[in-house]
Amino acid sequence: MSDIILPRRQLIARAGGMVAAAGTLPLLAGCDAINDAPAVRKILAMGEEMNRASQRALIDRDALAREFGRADLSPFFRPNGTRLPAGAVYAAHAANAFVDWRVKVSGLVARPLSLSMADIRAMPQRTQITRHDCVEGWSAIGQWTGVQLHRILDAAGVRDGARYIVFRCADRIGDALYYESCDMIDARHPQTILAWALNDAVLPIANGAPLRLRIERQLGYKHAKYVNAIEAVASLDAIGAGKGGYWEDRVDYEWYAGI
Amino acid sequence: MAKAETPVAPEKPEPVRVYRHRLPTRIWHWVNAVTLLVLLMSGLMIFNAHPRLYWGEYGANFDRAWLVIGSTADAGYLRVGDWKIDTTGVLGRWTDAQGTTKTWAFPGWATIPTSYSLADGRRWHLLFAWLLSVGLALYMLWTLLGGHLRKDLHVRRAEWSPRHIWHDVKEHARLRFPKGEAAARYGILQKLSYIGVIFIALPLMIATGLTMSPGMNAAWPWLLDIFGGRQSARSIHFITAWALVAFFIVHIAMVLLAGPVNELRSMVTGWFRLPPAKDGRA
Repeated sequence: MSDIILPRRQLIARAGGMVAAAGTLPLLAGCDAINDAPAVRKILAMGEEMNRASQRALIDRDALAREFGRADLSPFFRPNGTRLPAGAVYAAHAANAFVDWRVKVSGLVARPLSLSMADIRAMPQRTQITRHDCVEGWSAIGQWTGVQLHRILDAAGVRDGARYIVFRCADRIGDALYYESCDMIDARHPQTILAWALNDAVLPIANGAPLRLRIERQLGYKHAKYVNAIEAVASLDAIGAGKGGYWEDRVDYEWYAGI
Repeated sequence: MAKAETPVAPEKPEPVRVYRHRLPTRIWHWVNAVTLLVLLMSGLMIFNAHPRLYWGEYGANFDRAWLVIGSTADAGYLRVGDWKIDTTGVLGRWTDAQGTTKTWAFPGWATIPTSYSLADGRRWHLLFAWLLSVGLALYMLWTLLGGHLRKDLHVRRAEWSPRHIWHDVKEHARLRFPKGEAAARYGILQKLSYIGVIFIALPLMIATGLTMSPGMNAAWPWLLDIFGGRQSARSIHFITAWALVAFFIVHIAMVLLAGPVNELRSMVTGWFRLPPAKDGRA
């Protein structure tokens, strides 16, 4: 999640600028033409597949991200991406301390659920001090408390055909509400939690209140904030443009963000 | 070479050719030249996304950075510790081909792609990182098993003497390079440079790169202990990249001074012409 990432409109404007530059700087324009060629995009995409396959082979299913002590906490945990979702609906939830917030669990599940924040806090909780790594390069260490995602999935009874978990969010960025997804390995990982507390305080709005995903072995944009729906699906094809996440669909960030 | 090989007419002796670079060295050299260029330029794009470096495990905008490339309303700057230098036009604040002022850290001509795209910079970087890693692993294996390390790069006991090293430094400073048969072998500074790149700098780039991966941190948490945290690894990655750039600059300067045609030809065909010694012998 990034405030530096440009909306698509600006990207297109920049692409136009690049074409305009073609006359003056053929070398640079040539480099960018290579970057944009469909065949090159296909080859570049092989890197992600090699990283995903090798990391899945190398990393134990349940290998934990390092957990730190309280002395290691960042003095201030930098919020990024959306800091305050727009709209009257979210504002009303915030004014009401999110008591009416619901997380819908649907898709390929035996028992669709609609969980309140009270329901979520009543489940067994996990607290972990972990490092958040933004795709941009910075890191912050925070203490998160929440419910392990696999407990919610088990409560809903995920069906056999489900291969991915999709997270729907209440924050709109540009043309769409934020969304992300992960495979069942990360969904069932012991450190994958839906967190409602940061550093022993109720999760601030800038950090994703009332509920955000922690998916500790991947980069920051996978950690969906303002989560209000969880879906179990067999394929990502029908989610957004089919690449599995908001930034994946818009700027071609990797869906597997383990590196 | 023995005197017997000297041609009968000594006015214009045929240059003595030696087979200097075997095929694996030549292939790896040129693949690496392209790979490292792509990795550097896409790496600068990734750096542009957050042009600040830290020591330790964490570091973000509210934490103290030891290196920053930034911009004010009308200037670009580089700050290292408490030392700050104006870099307007090159770093932090520069003008692109259309005359538009940009405030990304590194200018478009130095990055892949030329306009800001962290996503594309990462795709180039993380694919070519594979080329570097696999190529380096194979080449290391070949230098060990194929005798390159033992025969050509191995530093003999006599070469370790400070006097010998200092002598080679002085000779280089005076731009006096070995002639004749001595030119067929690597000098101590060459050996140390190539060993430093192959066995220290490049492995360090790969290891610090992997240390920045949250997935690899779960698999090999000891990487974090070796480098003192993810942000330290990122800093070391950046510093080592510039050490490789420094190697490249000296490398190119030496090739130009020692005879670019002969040097380039030897890295393409393998055959190197020994520069004739003063007495006419090769």
